[in-house]
Amino acid sequence: MKVVGRNVTKIDAFKLARGEPVFTDDFHREGMLYAKVLRSPHPHAKILNVNASAALELDGVVDVIWHRDVKAIPHTRAGQSHPEPSPYDTLVLPPKARFIGDRVAVVVAESAAQATAALARLEVEYEELPALTDMDEALAETEVLIHEEPDPRGISEAGATNVAARIDKQVGDVDAALKDCDLVVTRTYYLPRVQASHIEPHVSIAWIDEDDRLIVRTSTQVPFHLRRMLARILEIPEARIRVIKPRVGGGFGDKQELVIEDLVSVLALRTGRPVRLEFTREEELTAARYRHPQRITMTTGVMNDGTIVANRMHVLADTGAYGSHALTVQGNTGQKVLPMYPAANIHFQVDCVYTNNPISGAFRGYGAPQGCFALESHIDEVALELGMDRLELRKKNHIKLGDTDPLSAKLGEGKEGLVRVVNSTGLDKAIELGCEAIGWGKKSEPSAPHLKRGLGMALAMQGSGIAGVDWGGATVKLNDDGSVNLSVGATDIGQGSDTVLAQMCAEELGIPYDKVIILSSDTDLTPFDVGAYASSTTYVSGGAVVKAAAEVRGQLAGVLGAHWECGPEEIVFSDGRVTGPREQSMTMGDVALFALYEAKIQPMATASHMSDDSPPPFAAQFAEVEVDTETGQVHLRRFVSAVDCGTPIHPRLAEGQIEGAVAQGLGYALFEEVLLDRTGRVLNPNFLDYKIASSLDVPDMVTILVSTDEPTGPYGAKAAGEVPIDGPAPAIVNAIRDAVGVRMYRIPATSERVWRGLKEETR
Amino acid sequence: MNISFNLNGTATDLEVAPGETLLQALRAAKVFSPKLGCETGDCGSCTVLLDGQPVNSCMVVAARADGHRVTTMEGLLGDDLMVRLQTELVEHGAVQCGYCIPGLLISLYALMKQGLPAGEDIDEKTIRHALTGNLCRCTGYVKPVEAARAVAAAMEVPK
Repeated sequence: MKVVGRNVTKIDAFKLARGEPVFTDDFHREGMLYAKVLRSPHPHAKILNVNASAALELDGVVDVIWHRDVKAIPHTRAGQSHPEPSPYDTLVLPPKARFIGDRVAVVVAESAAQATAALARLEVEYEELPALTDMDEALAETEVLIHEEPDPRGISEAGATNVAARIDKQVGDVDAALKDCDLVVTRTYYLPRVQASHIEPHVSIAWIDEDDRLIVRTSTQVPFHLRRMLARILEIPEARIRVIKPRVGGGFGDKQELVIEDLVSVLALRTGRPVRLEFTREEELTAARYRHPQRITMTTGVMNDGTIVANRMHVLADTGAYGSHALTVQGNTGQKVLPMYPAANIHFQVDCVYTNNPISGAFRGYGAPQGCFALESHIDEVALELGMDRLELRKKNHIKLGDTDPLSAKLGEGKEGLVRVVNSTGLDKAIELGCEAIGWGKKSEPSAPHLKRGLGMALAMQGSGIAGVDWGGATVKLNDDGSVNLSVGATDIGQGSDTVLAQMCAEELGIPYDKVIILSSDTDLTPFDVGAYASSTTYVSGGAVVKAAAEVRGQLAGVLGAHWECGPEEIVFSDGRVTGPREQSMTMGDVALFALYEAKIQPMATASHMSDDSPPPFAAQFAEVEVDTETGQVHLRRFVSAVDCGTPIHPRLAEGQIEGAVAQGLGYALFEEVLLDRTGRVLNPNFLDYKIASSLDVPDMVTILVSTDEPTGPYGAKAAGEVPIDGPAPAIVNAIRDAVGVRMYRIPATSERVWRGLKEETR
Repeated sequence: MNISFNLNGTATDLEVAPGETLLQALRAAKVFSPKLGCETGDCGSCTVLLDGQPVNSCMVVAARADGHRVTTMEGLLGDDLMVRLQTELVEHGAVQCGYCIPGLLISLYALMKQGLPAGEDIDEKTIRHALTGNLCRCTGYVKPVEAARAVAAAMEVPK
């Protein structure tokens, strides 16, 4: 390999480091207007009237819209393939507010300051309704319904309950199997509401161009889904819409969603002027999306020798006011997690309820971090009860090469799935290398008697795209100088997919990496792709790039084979040169000139790739903590991740994915939590009170790439982006248990919670 | 109101509103390297140098810049130290989405420009402390810190 597997310079890194104007908002159009959203102060209330006359009198205010001004077309804002498995329970502007922060009206003005000032002058008449902010109450309630709309496509029990989605899938017979087990352990785990907190807020600019087309420049993970969703919502054809994705300042799932693009589009169409809307950080933390809060009950039956015979996971989840990703995130909680220990009997149940809380949705890991926390905490509990070493219990039961994922056929993307067999796994090696790096079994000595140290571990697996659903396209075109244009629908949101895809293209054509000019995610100019989610880009979109580049190579071999009078298979593409069997040799530039001016063809190909497989990447993650028994403070001293993401295309970028995921995961474990009061009001909507990891919060990190060769992946690759966020929380909490004997069933494991746990232990 | 200040070495006059922040004024003037991340002084993406000191430009009223010197990434593109920092960050894979990077680079630049008291060098701890005001959600700070250490290691330490 000349390019794949090398740490080439990330293709966009220099312009980003130079602060070039490459993001959505680094852009100004003449006559641009600024939009601001008026948000509901009530968790549940009918919006009877909005009087905008006082607001419209203010200087610079151009337009105010509320539900009366926008046609009610039910849709989901989840950015998923058509037909979306999320309920059509959302309107651009609702006649009923369903959480504190729901959209009530939108003001558009000549400046952001004028728009903000106008919000205070809108007079709204509400009719308050009883609100449900507790998951159990919402589950039991049949009188107060959060969604009662007449067109309830996809709402599980519309008009009858507040359930947004239910799942009940079983392999074997768990109840029967539990009766014969030597030991049954049941525990309940509690997962908090956390937020993606990409540093670039949601931001979009829309305008009408000289061809009367709607152009939307936006920070998104799903440009093609957005175009389709906007066409439906606005009732204009896709042909009149162009979505452009510039550089994106992080997404992590929170931009796999139509969060604001509908509003700028509606307003641009109404006013005929460019309209910009950018979330404040407060809006990010109140009106974007969260990782679903869940309560998970695990029941596991084992034999005395440690064989796991039966596993049951019950999930109660809060989707908030709308059901974006309600079914599929919760599906993943079991689907991506339970197969780690493929027992003969597995039962997975979900109740996902609407509440009058702010909205949950997609966030890196997509349900798996919750499930992994419960399962991997629980495995430690089972080992403890059984009197068996927790590492040995895992080794005995974890999924191995050639094993079938027992849930895969039962559970796909909101429907039945495709059978998944493990064709590559580095999990055993990852466990071995991870144990070595952390010093498993050798506890180091703390510096004072009130400090206790402990070690913890967790195993994790995920997928590489959604089998049978996710697909992407790529186009490769050769230029005069031997460079190629590579255009892909795949969406670089900072993870480096442009770089990785360019590497694959260069490798396939035998040209230097810097000869690839990549363009990604412009719905007018690039092929389709589902977008950046579900750990799909390297594996799925990469497959399309390899196919397209191979086809161009085939075209060139055909032309040169005729010229050199040899078989196309005798022609070799390497090091920027093309060589034939009888010492013929040309640079790729000369080949391009020959093709374009002698053969008179444009070497060019478009290819699509979809996979019926979704090979799991694996991770073994290890934490060392030091707990202050006087204050409950947890100091994360070291963290080791050993990850099998197949053959890494760009090892340094893969490490970066893992390190970033660990930083997010340790926040989940130790300090991140969006706090709500009883009315569903967010109490900490800023970075001072909702703390994400700073440079001082991350420990000494060791990251090990365990290379495997995935037979279905491009150059042996699997996914890297999500699997490493699953293990940090359980590994850290297991380390706390190891240090001080306190099991944190609820995260984040704040000092107060650990301290309370210590008090109970000694009582 | 009108303010006059030195922006990246050039005498600049800007019309600003009372209460308008320096970040807003800079971006309205199409100086786009300072990024808006929170507007509450917590994330550091809008970090610029005010008379050589790193500040969150979202927390500085634009009028405060009147008569002062403001330096953004646009003004440091030819600076040797900044180019070294940029190059090391890029080569270490420390730039993922890149949104926080101009602000983070300005903080590192300020640290290394001012140097340390004689006999001390810029170690990992110093670097991590200098970056506490620059939130990055992508990298876990591992590669940015490694890159900064590489730059610091190549610098001459005052004896």
